[in-house]
Amino acid sequence: MQPEILAWLIPLPPILAFFLIILWAYRNNRLSHTIAVGSMLISWGLAMVLFWVAIRVEGLGHHPIVSSIPWLPTGETSLQFGILIDPLSAVTLFFVAWTCLAIFLYSVGYHNFGKRRDPDDRPGLPPKAGGIEPMYARFFAFISLFAFGMLTLVISDNLLLLFIGWEIMGLCSYLLIGFWYGKPSARDAMVKAFITTRIGDVLMLLGLAYLYSATGTLNFRAILFDEQVLHSLVETPSVIGGLSTAGLIGILLFLGTVGKSAQWPLHVWLPDAMEGPTPVSAMIHAATMVSAGVYLALRFFPLLTAGWHEGASLTPTMLVVASIGAFTALFAATIAVAQVDIKRVLAYSTISQLGYMVAAVGIGAFVAGAFHLITHAFFKGLLFLGSGSVIHGMEHGVQHTHEHVDAQDMFNMGGLRRKMPITFWTFLIGGFALSGFPLLTAGFWSKDEILADAYGHGYLVVFITLAVAALLTAFYTMRQISLTFLGHPRTDAAKHAHESVWTMTLPLIVLAIFAVGVGWVGIPEHFPVLGGLVPNWFHDFVGGTLIEHPHALDFNPVPLIVSIGVALGGLLLGWLVYRRVPAGVPDPLQRWLGPIYTVLKNKYYFDEFYHFLFVRPAYWFAETFTYRWIDRGLIDGFLHGVGRTALRVGSFLRNAIDLPIVNGLADRFSEGVKWLGRTFRVVQTGRVQEYLIIGLVFTGLLLSYFLLVQP
Amino acid sequence: MIPLSWYLILAAGLFCVGLYGALARRNALAILMGIELMLNAVNLNLVAFWRYLTPNLISGQVFVLIVLAVAASEAAVGLALIISIYRRRSTIAAEDIDMMKW
Amino acid sequence: MTATQFVFLLTGAVTLGAALLVVLSPRLVHAALWLILSLAGTAVLFVLLEASFLAVVQVAIYIDAIAILIIIVIMLTRRVMIRGEAQITRNWWLGAISALIFLGGLLVLLNMMPITAIDTPPTIADTNQLLEDLGRSLVDVDRFILPFEVASILLLAALIGSIMIAWPLSTRAEGEGDQ
Repeated sequence: MQPEILAWLIPLPPILAFFLIILWAYRNNRLSHTIAVGSMLISWGLAMVLFWVAIRVEGLGHHPIVSSIPWLPTGETSLQFGILIDPLSAVTLFFVAWTCLAIFLYSVGYHNFGKRRDPDDRPGLPPKAGGIEPMYARFFAFISLFAFGMLTLVISDNLLLLFIGWEIMGLCSYLLIGFWYGKPSARDAMVKAFITTRIGDVLMLLGLAYLYSATGTLNFRAILFDEQVLHSLVETPSVIGGLSTAGLIGILLFLGTVGKSAQWPLHVWLPDAMEGPTPVSAMIHAATMVSAGVYLALRFFPLLTAGWHEGASLTPTMLVVASIGAFTALFAATIAVAQVDIKRVLAYSTISQLGYMVAAVGIGAFVAGAFHLITHAFFKGLLFLGSGSVIHGMEHGVQHTHEHVDAQDMFNMGGLRRKMPITFWTFLIGGFALSGFPLLTAGFWSKDEILADAYGHGYLVVFITLAVAALLTAFYTMRQISLTFLGHPRTDAAKHAHESVWTMTLPLIVLAIFAVGVGWVGIPEHFPVLGGLVPNWFHDFVGGTLIEHPHALDFNPVPLIVSIGVALGGLLLGWLVYRRVPAGVPDPLQRWLGPIYTVLKNKYYFDEFYHFLFVRPAYWFAETFTYRWIDRGLIDGFLHGVGRTALRVGSFLRNAIDLPIVNGLADRFSEGVKWLGRTFRVVQTGRVQEYLIIGLVFTGLLLSYFLLVQP
Repeated sequence: MIPLSWYLILAAGLFCVGLYGALARRNALAILMGIELMLNAVNLNLVAFWRYLTPNLISGQVFVLIVLAVAASEAAVGLALIISIYRRRSTIAAEDIDMMKW
Repeated sequence: MTATQFVFLLTGAVTLGAALLVVLSPRLVHAALWLILSLAGTAVLFVLLEASFLAVVQVAIYIDAIAILIIIVIMLTRRVMIRGEAQITRNWWLGAISALIFLGGLLVLLNMMPITAIDTPPTIADTNQLLEDLGRSLVDVDRFILPFEVASILLLAALIGSIMIAWPLSTRAEGEGDQ
C-alpha cells in the first residue's frame, strides 16, 4: 500500500469509533471499549508502518510523503487538503500513537471495568466506592474523538486542517475536563480551559488570516520550505511598525501555542484541568493537546526564525518566544515546589517543561526542542498514568478504612513503594527522566541538548533560567516521589492501598521502557565516550525537516556539568528534605520559606488577579449590560412596549369603537325593533270586532284606491 | 219602473246596518244577527242584478241558493261555537273573549 | 208613483227599519224578532223581483231555521245577559263611522256605474219554466252540479262540526270549563 493512503487512513479508526460508540455501542461497556481500543490499535499499527516507511526514505525532508485533494473551490483554484509526512510529523506521529494507545488501554482499568455498577453512583460524579464509571462508554467516545483531532493535526499539510484538529481537541478537552460535570469545580475548570485556550486560538486565527492574505496559501511546503516566500515575508513590513510580516505572523501563531501549551500568561487553565479523570490529564498534558502547541511552534520554526541564522542575534519574534518560554519554565517550577496534590505538581511540571521546548524554539534549537517534546510525552504520560494508579490505590484504601481523606494529597500518602511496586518503579523512572537523571533516562539527553544549545550560542540568560528551573524540577520531583512512595504510610488509607490491575500497569511498563530508551536515539556526536558509538539518528532525521540542515554543536563540557549537577543536586536535596516526613507534620518548606511558601502555594495569586481583571468584568458585562440592560430592558422592553401598545389599541378599539358604536348600533336597532313591537302590539286586542274595523278600514282604502285613483 | 239602483241602495243600506251591528254590539248573538243581515243584503243584491241584467240565465238564482246554503251552515256553526264558548267562559260578550292577544 | 214602487218603498222601509231595530235593541229577544221581520221583508222583495222560489226558500231557511235557532241559543245563554248592562261595545262609534263611510262609498260607487240606472227590467221569457230550469240546472252535469254537491258537503261539515263543537262537556271538563 502506498504510504499516502496509510497516512489518510490513520485518523479514520478513532473517528469511526467515536460515531459508533455514541450512536450505537454506548449501551454496552465492553463493546465500547473494545471499539475504542481496537480503533486506536489500528491507528497505532498504521502509524508504525508509516513510520517504518518514512524513516527509510532518503532525505525525507526534501521529498516528503505528500498527498492532497481539492476541498473548497475558491474561484479559479481551490483550497487543498492533504497530508504531509516529513520528519517532524513522522516522529510526532510515533509518540502520539504510542502514548494514545497506552492511555486508551489504561482507561479500561482506570474506570474500573469489570466491577459492578454501584447503585449510589450518579452519572456526572466520580464513582465513590470503586464501581464502574457510569458514563464509561461516553469517555471512550470522547477520547477517540480526541485522538482523531490530534492525528489529523499531525498529518495535515496546511494550517487550516491543523487548526481544525486543534479546535476539535479544544472541544474534547472541554468535554473531558468537565467529564464529571456533577462537580462544580469541574464545571468551572472546563469553561476556564476552553475560554483561556480560546484567547490563544483567536490570535492564532488572526495570524492564519494574515498569513493567507500575505502569501495566498496555507500549505506548509509552499510557505515554510520556500526560500523566496520566507524572504519576502521577512522583507515586507507588517502593520505594526518595527515588525516584519513574518515576525508579526509568527508572534500571532505563537500566541496560539501560548494558549494551547499553557505558557504564561495563559497558563491558568492547565492546573485546573486536573479535575478531569487522570487518563484525560495524561492525554491532554502529555500525549496530545499541549504537544500540539509545541508542534505548531516547531512546524512554523522557519517562519518564526525567518531572517535569523545561527550565530546572529535573536529577532524580535524569537526574543518574545524565548523569554516567554524561559520565564514560564522557571515560574511554573517555583509553583510546583509548593503543591500538595499529586496531579497539580505534575501539571505545573508540564507547564515548566513546555516552557523548555518553547525556549528551545525561541533560541533556534529546532532539533533539541523536537527531541524534548518526544521524550517529555513519554515520561510525562508515564508520570500521569502512574499518579492515576496511586490515586486509585489510595481511593481503595479510603473506601476500605472509611477515612475521609483526600486521596490525591501527597501528605496523606507514604510508603506506597511496598504496596504498589510496579507503580513505584515506573514512576521512579519517569521522575528521573523528568529530572534529567544522567545517561540512563531520556529526559537527560533532551534537556541537556537544550542547555547546550543555549550555552553554546551564547544566550546566557536563557541558560541560567533553564538551569535553575532544572534544579527546581529535580527537587520537586524527588519531593513528590519521597512523599508518595518512600517513608511510612501517613494515613490508614495509605496502609491499605494495593497495586492496580494489569490494564493500568502494562501501559506504565511500556511507557517506562520508552522513557528510558528513547533518549538513546539522540546522543550527540561529540559526546565524550558515548558519542559516536551510535549515530545521532534523531538529529540527522529530524534536522532534515528544515531547508538547511542545522549544524550539530561542538561539545562543551560546561552545560553538561551544569546539567548533571542540577539534576543530581536537586534529587538529593529533595530526598534529604522529604524522606522522613511523619504524619501530621506540615511541609518543611513552609517553615523555611514562610510567606513565600504561601505565595507559591497560591500560584502567585494569578487566578485571583485574572478573576478580578477579566472574569468579573465579563460577568458584569454579561449579567448587567447584556442581560439586564439590553436583553431585558431594551429588547424585552421593546417587545413589552409593542405588546402594551397593541393592548391599548385593542382596548381603545373595543371600548371606544366596538362597544359604543358597533354594539351600540346593534343594541339600539334591536331596542328600536322591540319598541316598535311594544308600540304596535296594542293593536292585537284579541277582540274580533276591532279586527273587523281595521279590516274594513283597509279594505275601504284599497277599494277607493283601485276604483277612484286608478280605475 | 223601479230602477235597479233603488234595490242596490236598499241592499247597501241593509248591509251597512248589518255591519254596524257586527261591529258595535257586545253580545255574540247580536253580532251573528248583524252578519245575517249582511248576508241577506248580499242576497238581495244578487237577485236584483239577476232580475235586471240576465233574467234568462238561471245562474243568478243558483248563486243565491248557494249563498243561502253557506249562510245557513255558517249560522249553525257560529251558534254551536257560541254555545261552546258560553259553556266554557260563561260569557258571550265579544269584548271579553280576547285571549288571542299580546 | 206606481203601485210596485209604493210596495217597494213600503217594504224597503219596513226591512230597513227592522234591521235598524235589530242592531239598536238592547234586549236580545226583541232584536231576534225584529230580525225575523227584516228577513220577511226581504222575502217580499224577492217576490217583487219575481224570484218566488227564492222568497219561499228565504222564509223557510232564514226565518224558520236560522232565526229560530238564534232565539233558541238566546234562551240557552240567558244567564249571563243581565238587563241593564250596556249592549254596545266601548268603541261603537268607530263601528258607526266606518259603516257610514262604507255606505257612502258604496253609494258613490253605485253612482259611478251607469248600469245601475236601468229603469225597467227586461222581460222574462217564461216564468213557469224558471223554476224547472232552476231545478234542472242544479243537477245538470254540465251546469251547477259541482257547486250543488260542494254546498251539500259544506252543509254536512257544518252539521257535524256544530254537533262536535256544541257537544256537552264531559263531567271532568265541565268542572274545568266553568270558570
